[in-house]
Amino acid sequence: MFKVVKMERVVPNIHLMEVEAPEVAEQMQPGQFVIVRCAEGGERIPLSVADWDRKAGTVSIVFLEVGVSTGKLARLKAGDSIPTLAGPLGNPTAIASEGQVLCVAGCYGIGSMFPIVRALHEAGAEVTVVLEARAGFLLYWEDRMSALAKRVFTITRDGSSGQRGHVTSLPEMLRQTGIAPRQVIVNGCTFLMSQTSKTLGGLGVPVTVSLNPIMIDGTGMCGVCRVSVGGKMKFACVDGPDFDGREVDWTELLARRKQYMDEEAYLCHRASSARGV
Amino acid sequence: MSPGLERERGLTMPEKKKLDLERREMPKQAPHIRRHNFCEVAHGYTAELAMAEAQRCLVCKKPPCIVGCPVDNDIPGFVQRIAEGDFAGAIRKLKETNCLPAIAGRVCPQETQCEVKCNLEKKKAPMAIGRLERFAADWEAAQGQVEMPEMRPPTGKKVAVVGSGPAGVTVAGDLAKLGHKVVMYEALHEPGGVLTYGIPEFRLPKQIVRREIDYIRKLGVEVVCNYVVGRTKTMEQLLSSYDAIFLGTGAGLPWFLNIPGENLCGVYSANEYLTRMNLMRGYAYPKSSIPIKRHRHVAVIGGGNVAMDSARTAVRLGAEEVYIIYRRSQQELPARHEEAENAEEEGVVFKYLTLPVRLIGDEDGWLKEIECIRMELGEPDASGRRKPIEVPGSEFRMPMDAVVVALGNSPNPLIPSCTPELKVTEKGTIFVSDFATGKTSMDRVWAGGDVATGAATVIMAMGAGRVAARSIHEYLTGEKLAATTSEVTNS
Repeated sequence: MFKVVKMERVVPNIHLMEVEAPEVAEQMQPGQFVIVRCAEGGERIPLSVADWDRKAGTVSIVFLEVGVSTGKLARLKAGDSIPTLAGPLGNPTAIASEGQVLCVAGCYGIGSMFPIVRALHEAGAEVTVVLEARAGFLLYWEDRMSALAKRVFTITRDGSSGQRGHVTSLPEMLRQTGIAPRQVIVNGCTFLMSQTSKTLGGLGVPVTVSLNPIMIDGTGMCGVCRVSVGGKMKFACVDGPDFDGREVDWTELLARRKQYMDEEAYLCHRASSARGV
Repeated sequence: MSPGLERERGLTMPEKKKLDLERREMPKQAPHIRRHNFCEVAHGYTAELAMAEAQRCLVCKKPPCIVGCPVDNDIPGFVQRIAEGDFAGAIRKLKETNCLPAIAGRVCPQETQCEVKCNLEKKKAPMAIGRLERFAADWEAAQGQVEMPEMRPPTGKKVAVVGSGPAGVTVAGDLAKLGHKVVMYEALHEPGGVLTYGIPEFRLPKQIVRREIDYIRKLGVEVVCNYVVGRTKTMEQLLSSYDAIFLGTGAGLPWFLNIPGENLCGVYSANEYLTRMNLMRGYAYPKSSIPIKRHRHVAVIGGGNVAMDSARTAVRLGAEEVYIIYRRSQQELPARHEEAENAEEEGVVFKYLTLPVRLIGDEDGWLKEIECIRMELGEPDASGRRKPIEVPGSEFRMPMDAVVVALGNSPNPLIPSCTPELKVTEKGTIFVSDFATGKTSMDRVWAGGDVATGAATVIMAMGAGRVAARSIHEYLTGEKLAATTSEVTNS
């Protein structure tokens, strides 16, 4: 069992969970993920890691409450335990040691982007961070990012923080600021990653995305996390999770991620009826 | 062994014994009932049936059946004890060579191993060795108390076993009995490997797997789940705290046909399909929180045991039509005869000499049709089987809402991918310099089972585990344990 040492609601629907897992913390690198089960009999879900503390032996995960399993995770309290936290899994994000890197993050991806920004900064790269959300109250960790990045921009749909709009305004922003990144890194929901890849594909630099398909074992056995990258079948758990977003078949990935949406909705309904909600 | 020698062995039958050629059938659930549940299909022999079957044994002086057994079970030895009603003696005998008799009795391909060698096979009524093995193991479990084997005093040596499938469990059990401290690491949340995630409940109840793992624990083996060796700890780190490591990490990524449409929604690899059902207990959805689809028309591609397991799982999930699509003919079907027969009884339709060429989806990315082409058999190919050749212009389509691809898989890639110093073969298997020891290219590291040989059977993995355990023991203590007859014969 893995003890939860801290639970915190970061912004509405997004939670931070800090779990005791000393061996996982010891090996963790930016861009890697863990497989978590919220309870006995629960699903195995891949979650990106937002931070770790090797001395305290803990791993922190920022996740979006979206279905039954993440709902159960969100209702855990410090002192509770989860039965599975396996990892670190996947290949670490390649960290550039010089030049300009543009990091675009949204939703739970802001969490997983933090250690990438930290590593880039420590390696000597000049980091520009763009945080994206529907509204300003859904943004978080601007302060943590500002402490490491050269610049932090925000984009919100309603204009309540920073630039109004979506990531489609990024090329214009780059033009105005004169930033010429050698690499773009995107963490967040599939939609954000696909849009950013399309929008910034024309820059002619790699757009590193951290894919989040459905997984079961997460260790290179079941094959459910297969994605088409550059026309080839790749497995996100062992070949990824990072790929060049310019080569990813986003339509396929978006469809595959939605496969169990109806069944999941039914489970959520069942779970809330059982709680008398 | 030459056919001549087999005939000669046939002559060693005691002449006076009256031949009983009635192979006792094992009671099982009727097809129309078992189609709707995930409970085990076969009920197993009663004590009377087991004794009657066991009494048919000819007790050959040079028993050919043992030669066919990858772990060298003393088959006439345990069968005779069952014949005499000494069931405790029978299981004790079995456990001398096989630490998983309840499992081997259920999933071993006896018809190509021990039973095919039986002298009664010539009369078309070989001893039902698997059923008897299973009976003895189940009898012991039913007594509520499992007898502990003789244990050697602790040697102070520590061995890490990576992977808790049939190979790992065998190594762990053997080495624990020899007095070594064994820690068995499992990446998933439950031990058992393919026995847990792959083989369905109706063929191998998970309670039995848990029972066998508990037995291994009682031998002193520590089982650590949720631990991904290679990632949670590197091989190098593990080597610093253990005297030896055995890698039995099993199956890896599934193979696909490389035809258009394999990433459509509704197309599964058998690994995914079965793991979702078995390890995750998706079949209990919505009581379990593992979402699954209940498809109406399911096609399973492939003709092995995994294909049979997938098709029979689909039947139990309520599919109206389930097909096995296999490119060769019934003669070449690699699945165990018994499993194919069970599948057919349950309503699975076999489409032989058929090859899928394209999977067709709708505008939302969901599978809706499968396009196949008919095949005919040509000249024998490298495998000795007649090569299937496409019949031009014979393409046809079938409406389908799920396809399960069961063509096999590559070895697990995880440890080799994060351990550059570990040599792998072209096929991706961990390189083993000598299958008589299981030694890999890394010092103090052994490997066995699917990760070293490519996809094979549970019993082959157990056999490899046995070999590696002996080699590890020799390395740790300098003591050479005798090799078993079947290994000598097969090598």
